[in-house]
Amino acid sequence: MRLEKRAANSTAALVLAPVGAVAFTLLVSALLVLWAGAAVGQTYTLLFKGGFGSVFALSETLTRAIPLILTGLAVTVAFKARLFNIGAEGQLYVGALAAVAVGGLHGGTGFDLPPSLLFVSMMLASALAGALLLLGPALMKARLGVDEVVTTLLLNFIVLLFVSMMLDGAMKDPTAMGWPQSVALMGELELSKLIDQTRVHTGLLWACALAVGVWVLMQYTVLGFDIRAIGANARGAAFAGVPVTRTVVLVAMLSGALAGLAGAIEVAGRTSYVTLDMSPGYGYTGIVIAMLAGLHPLAVVAASIYVAGMLVGADSMSRAVGVPTYIADVIVAASLISVLVATLLTQYRVRWK
Amino acid sequence: MAEPVLSLSRITKRFGALVANDAISLQLHAGEVLALLGENGAGKSTLVSILFGHYVADEGSITAFGRPLPSGDPRAALAAGIGMVHQHFTLADNLSVLDNVMMGSEPLWQPFARKRKARERLDEVARQFGLEVDPDALIGNLSVGERQRVEILKALYRGARILILDEPTAVLTPQESEALFSVLTQMVAQGLSIIFISHKLGEVLRVSSRIAVLRAGKLVAEADAAGTSQEQLAQWMVGHAISAAQARPTRACGALVCELTNASTAGGRERLDRVSLKLNAGEILAIAGVSGNGQSALAELLSGTRQVTGGQVTLLGQALQNRPAQLVELGVARIPEDRHAVGVVGDLPVWENAVSERLRSPVFSRWSWILRRKAREHAARVIRTFDVRGGGQLTPARALSGGNMQKLILGRALLHPLGEALHPIPPRLIVAHQPTWGLDIGAVAYVQDQLIAARDAGAAVLLISDDLDEVLTMGDRVAVMHAGQLSPSKPATHWSREAIGLAMAGVAQEPPHSERAT
Amino acid sequence: MMEVLDLLLQPAFWVAVLRIATPLILGTLGVLLCERAGVLNLGIEGIMVAGAFTGWLAVYGGAPLWVGVGVAALTGAAFGLLHAFLTVTLALSQHVSGLGITLLATALSYYGYRVSFPKVSTPPTVTPFADMEWLGFPVLAQQTPLTLLALVLVPLIGYTLYRTPVGLAVRMVGENPQAAEGQGVSVAAVRYGAIVAGSALMGVAGCFLTLAAFNAFFFNMVNGRGWICVALVVFASWRPGKALLGALLFAFFDALQLRLQQAGGAVLPYQMYLMLPYVLSIVALVLVARKASYPQALMKPYRKGER
Repeated sequence: MRLEKRAANSTAALVLAPVGAVAFTLLVSALLVLWAGAAVGQTYTLLFKGGFGSVFALSETLTRAIPLILTGLAVTVAFKARLFNIGAEGQLYVGALAAVAVGGLHGGTGFDLPPSLLFVSMMLASALAGALLLLGPALMKARLGVDEVVTTLLLNFIVLLFVSMMLDGAMKDPTAMGWPQSVALMGELELSKLIDQTRVHTGLLWACALAVGVWVLMQYTVLGFDIRAIGANARGAAFAGVPVTRTVVLVAMLSGALAGLAGAIEVAGRTSYVTLDMSPGYGYTGIVIAMLAGLHPLAVVAASIYVAGMLVGADSMSRAVGVPTYIADVIVAASLISVLVATLLTQYRVRWK
Repeated sequence: MAEPVLSLSRITKRFGALVANDAISLQLHAGEVLALLGENGAGKSTLVSILFGHYVADEGSITAFGRPLPSGDPRAALAAGIGMVHQHFTLADNLSVLDNVMMGSEPLWQPFARKRKARERLDEVARQFGLEVDPDALIGNLSVGERQRVEILKALYRGARILILDEPTAVLTPQESEALFSVLTQMVAQGLSIIFISHKLGEVLRVSSRIAVLRAGKLVAEADAAGTSQEQLAQWMVGHAISAAQARPTRACGALVCELTNASTAGGRERLDRVSLKLNAGEILAIAGVSGNGQSALAELLSGTRQVTGGQVTLLGQALQNRPAQLVELGVARIPEDRHAVGVVGDLPVWENAVSERLRSPVFSRWSWILRRKAREHAARVIRTFDVRGGGQLTPARALSGGNMQKLILGRALLHPLGEALHPIPPRLIVAHQPTWGLDIGAVAYVQDQLIAARDAGAAVLLISDDLDEVLTMGDRVAVMHAGQLSPSKPATHWSREAIGLAMAGVAQEPPHSERAT
Repeated sequence: MMEVLDLLLQPAFWVAVLRIATPLILGTLGVLLCERAGVLNLGIEGIMVAGAFTGWLAVYGGAPLWVGVGVAALTGAAFGLLHAFLTVTLALSQHVSGLGITLLATALSYYGYRVSFPKVSTPPTVTPFADMEWLGFPVLAQQTPLTLLALVLVPLIGYTLYRTPVGLAVRMVGENPQAAEGQGVSVAAVRYGAIVAGSALMGVAGCFLTLAAFNAFFFNMVNGRGWICVALVVFASWRPGKALLGALLFAFFDALQLRLQQAGGAVLPYQMYLMLPYVLSIVALVLVARKASYPQALMKPYRKGER
């Protein structure tokens, strides 16, 4: 079997590809449902209803989508420049930690500054924390040629241990009975809810605004051009005058900042505390979302809602039918691979020898 | 006439809409050296790639030594006695000569490698054809000529009776080419038959017994070498008569634009070693030399992508900075050697590539915001003025053909955004590194005309080329590069082909520091 | 400092070192085979999880231990086949394909575990491999046969890579696939073989955790060991002998930090000790960065016959 390049790519095919891939994934995952001894139709119906079937379901999905949009954007920005940031998980956690460090109720009252100033400082601190965390591996790659995949991955484990250390010590919540969590965030700094009686918060607006911002940056600014050029052809970019090292540094800082903000917005909007399990792998899921979106910032929002819907729907479906929630993770991971294959098939034809 | 050892029958190959080979039928007889001649893009490499099994023909068949040859399988070609010396060597730098040669010659399920036997056989073959090389040397440490020897040995080791050589003299000095020709004579004496691909007319007449000419994918002529002239070959190659190159009057040189004084750069083989040269306005300085002797270092230095580590480089009186954007602002037009890998960013659209070097200037951006309309307008001008075809502004640059891509790069470099049609602003310095490599004759002429026109408008032109004919016809002054060092430059008419050949091989003709008056 | 020296003299310490090193040796050899053929395999973390789960499940279902190992190897090989299809036949990004496989294999394993054991709170156990008392050697006797397997595989893979035609083919395919193709060797076939074999080793590395080191399957069991193997391969310059050395060195520091935690008391938070292995891996990568001589075709997709 071999591949032959198609003469022309059709845009219709490019849009249909993700849809076809998702459909194929659901078909194959049906086998897993059967293995669990449940009815496929009932399971999938509950899955979709649990994710999208009611105002409450949608609100839960949107809540879950917020950090995914941000980590998805973080990965998109980095991957566009061929900087493989697998460390979004760790960057999210340091961002969350930084947010609580600035805005937490330390000693009962926290820092004595006007809430608006504190809020801005809190967000800046988390963005900076995430940015600096990715800067290390990025510089190691630019200066020393160390592959950033492994370094960012290993940093995730180091960061999680660091957070655990902080939660046991300096940032420990004095009121929690031995449960490892941080001091709470000041009430005034919490993000307000978008819809009453639900958990959806204004972080959604921030996330969508950032998605638009990233898209504008990529298409309409010189920095965006630099990023796309380096990702496509670093030598050609350098020849054209793109400052490669400086751009890689900026990409790393932007990507890390977005992931750090994901952590801060989670704390400010949903949890109010930093805990060790506040992120069930959002950093890694961000990679799937970025690829599903074809590295397009606006498509990241759609992909995040899809994935969040799967995750939320699986929770409620599992309670009703007994199929383990991990089916959602399988569907998401399989979607990634299917979308890759489907996108390839829009550019190449299969030839059997 | 005896049965041909190789017979190609109506071979056809298409790449999308392009017909690379169109119903080509050809025969090769025992002990013959058949030259496959044609300009770049005529389909020569495609044809032999099909023969050797790298590509599968869409139509047609091949017979070797009387038996049909299965298509698309290099193993079948090797088993049939066909060997190929590729234009770009297929060697692994990190492995030894012996490893590269013996790889694939033993069955993969065999639990041990017969290294001693392999070593003996390699020695035997090397001695038989006069191609000595150290079997334990790492390929990465060998010179280009030595690597070609290994490439040839690979085929001979496998018992090739038909040998295909794809543009073998492209990377050799004239003297090394002569050495190769005597090896070919040896091979023929030992019973091999040879297919020799080239676009160099003189060479083809010298070496081959029969010549087949390809043009635009079709076989247009076959003739014995004896009794054919270069003019006849050129006419077949191009399809019409070519007028001889005009003798050009020597020019008076203008102001000094750029000067290197004992400039050196870091690096391995591809570096500069105390190079001094002057580039004056209104003059073409052509640099001859086999690729890999420091030309890339020189071109990159003047393009802003390499730093000088010793000596001085000045541009318009100031020290040269290695910042491409700034060089472009100062009026340096750069044409890189590798248009695909360096000249354009293939995935980005044509318009972004057309303005890529000037994006940072106030003409096309304010505070990092791209002034899109202005950029698109300029891109449209470039496409119109330089006749870039093959797609619109939004087509990815990699979709352009080689010639059109080169025109895009030329237009980007030569067309100043603030210049008007009647009052164009010419560049001050043009750095052209192999600007006509891989182009068909029409595109070659276009590029050369543009460079000459720019020179006539007052630009200083540095032309680096491994094509001696181009160097001698285009250059006002000529210098030769070898092992990082530059010979003194002399007017083109003062150089003989033999003298250049010797200089390319590093044989000094006169004391290196006497700069002849120009 | 005296404490540390005391520690080093106890045989129990070296027993722990070998035990910790075993999955690293197997995993690193697996990555080495893939990368020597020019393909990055980031699926190792997920494949180790899958190998740990399926091997253990087979034994829990009544199969003998070595059959469990075989099942783990087959599981690894199956995911390896998928990775080979995506990266060799379809020439997709090796990074993304590998990460996708890690996510998929992990999700499938956790799903399978939950389907098989929906309501348990304490993980069910099996009887793991027993020590090899019959060996008689001081430190080796307290090891399981899987460790012996790992130690034997090192010279075996070394021999295969450097002294057999297939090993030369693997190395050539990783350095210059066009050269291999031109000499009549099928790049696709060699890469498929190397990836499947390497992934099978990764599966075995995973089942060591559930069938020898511990006796049950936990979530987050692999805990980054796969990524450490990827780092160790660079550190080992893609040579089996140095891979063994790197794995032992790493295991030495890991065992050391465990002992120091227990012995040293509350001088430093325990998390800092646990960080040590990951920090060391990064340091190792930085140290060898400049000198690393990559297989030249690593991570470059190869499409036969494309213009």
